[in-house]
Amino acid sequence: MRARFAVVLGGLAIATTQLAFAEAGSMTLPKTVEAGAAFSIQSGGSGKATLYVVGPGSVLKRDVQLGETTFFPAGSLFNAGHYVAILAEDSSTESSAFDVLPASSPTDLSFLARPSRLPVGLHDGITGAAYVFDVYHNLIVAPTSVSFELSSPSGAVQKRIVETQDGAAWTVMDSTAQQGIDRFVARIDRISSARVVEQVPGDPCGLKMIVEQSGRELQLRTDPVRDCNGNAVPDGTIVTFTEAYKGGQSTVDAPLKRGIAEVQMADHSGATISVASGVVLGNQIRWEK
Amino acid sequence: MNTGRLLAAFLGATTVALLVIGTVWPVPSAAAYAGRTGILRSSSTPEEAVENLGDEIRTQAWGKAYDSLANKAQFTEPELVHDLTGYYPSLLTYTTLDKFEVRPLHSSANEAEVELKLHWATVVGSSATTRDLRVVKNGDRWEPEWPIVKEVRVPPQVIPVNYLRWDVIYRGAGDDWGAQDVEAPHVRIVDMYPVERADGVVILGELLNEDVVPAYVSVSATLLAKDQSPMATEGSFDKISHLLLPKQVTPFLIKFPDVSLSNVGSIRMTPMSALIAASADPVIEIENEQLHPAPGASLTGQLINQSGQIVNVAHVLGTFYDKTGHVVWVADEYIDQALLPATAVPFEIRVPEDLARNISSQRTVIATYSAGGSL
Repeated sequence: MRARFAVVLGGLAIATTQLAFAEAGSMTLPKTVEAGAAFSIQSGGSGKATLYVVGPGSVLKRDVQLGETTFFPAGSLFNAGHYVAILAEDSSTESSAFDVLPASSPTDLSFLARPSRLPVGLHDGITGAAYVFDVYHNLIVAPTSVSFELSSPSGAVQKRIVETQDGAAWTVMDSTAQQGIDRFVARIDRISSARVVEQVPGDPCGLKMIVEQSGRELQLRTDPVRDCNGNAVPDGTIVTFTEAYKGGQSTVDAPLKRGIAEVQMADHSGATISVASGVVLGNQIRWEK
Repeated sequence: MNTGRLLAAFLGATTVALLVIGTVWPVPSAAAYAGRTGILRSSSTPEEAVENLGDEIRTQAWGKAYDSLANKAQFTEPELVHDLTGYYPSLLTYTTLDKFEVRPLHSSANEAEVELKLHWATVVGSSATTRDLRVVKNGDRWEPEWPIVKEVRVPPQVIPVNYLRWDVIYRGAGDDWGAQDVEAPHVRIVDMYPVERADGVVILGELLNEDVVPAYVSVSATLLAKDQSPMATEGSFDKISHLLLPKQVTPFLIKFPDVSLSNVGSIRMTPMSALIAASADPVIEIENEQLHPAPGASLTGQLINQSGQIVNVAHVLGTFYDKTGHVVWVADEYIDQALLPATAVPFEIRVPEDLARNISSQRTVIATYSAGGSL
């Protein structure tokens, strides 16, 4: 047994130098086999031998009668890659190599879409990459057309058809002007994979507040806050109110609630009141009683 | 063998003897820490009376501290304890008095005024509070009067709060490798400025959350030498507001002790952000902010909690700018008392004297912690 194993290892070493002669010697085998497909190996001569098929993640062993054909049923080899067939007799070893190729029809698609959230109106802001696999999860490296489709709630659709290179296809898309949940789909024939991309409003635009007397205090309230595309800036966004008066200053960071920010501040006649959100400045009011 | 036994017997006997001596004639400080007796002086002077009170506060001998007061009829012992450690859970609740300083202000034959500065050891470092005590002579003893600050009572009321909160669901372990996870918040350093100080290099700056979701943020910096080899890496630690709501800006300060700016070729800044479940409340108003020039340069103001929720710990961060709008300094202070609704609490942030003259404006932000909530 040990001797036979040594012969097999020796055969593997020899095989690496014999790749170009896949059909050399008395063994006849196909140069390529589709993953999962049935195939056969014909041996010449007479007597008994052992046939090994060694490849990525799998080893097959058959006791064969030389001169006959050994059949491997469908599903015997399903990992794509380079395989070596070794015919080991008591006194000699013969080997030959062949390739198992991915099945030609894609059955699975892995789709990476980034980012999952981005501001509206961003050129080339969304990237999608698709990887095409066969039924055995082998990457199909043969060129395949992948359709990418980004549809926004407004009904606008961006579509690209991209040929895969080495099993992958990728594209870039623009985020639209309208906020909402976009559906990003990669499709090959009837196989598809969908992701969602959230388009969120950009920075506030035309930030404006009003000031009213409320008892002994001032009520400061913004108009509904929107970005430059007219999308409502989401609740929770911080709006900073600053009241500068002689000898001091008061500040409140208030979150938007129901689209507006609202605070009460002390009444200082002659104060200058300003509003800002992030790096965006709004209007400024000089308050006189 | 005999020598070893003799040595063991000698050590045992010595230990027993020392234990007996320490029990019968303990040093005053050990006895005070053991709670048996105080290291009390005779209270024959106003300073001694206040020092005794300080010792009793340090050993948390609340009963003795209360009994030693001349004005104890004006309040109860629990009120004294709450005045010192907070009526509501706050920074002082889980602290101990590290040390105290006594300074006489003035005195007469029967009355004196003494300043008692209490240095509390808190989880965020030392916190000092100062009280001016009136001390009166009662017979041959001096007794301090405690300037009690009674609990602020919030009038019964309903404060309507439309709570706004974000929760996050991350991708699961069984999701396909191509499946999306929630996107980390997008943050941006909007200002950065290195400053050389006597004790090293300080990096000042501001960080903006430009996303629509709350972010847990921190900033680290790596100093690179002129040959671009890394010299040191430091983080902002607590000199930053770690929770940034959408479009909120926080200052940050990173210290590199014992580094000279002349040796620095460039600086690599690394802002970090992660999604975090957060609440948009409470809203804190910063009122009456005032910049005081040197000497004693500082920023003072008052915090007013505009929400109905009690804020247990507040962290005030001040960003100071020069005339051109550059960040000149970042300083902070923890507030050692809880912020009750609609109740003003003062703060004071110290500013280095040499920088004070360059400061022309400031911006203050508050980070808050509420029990059961998040920063």
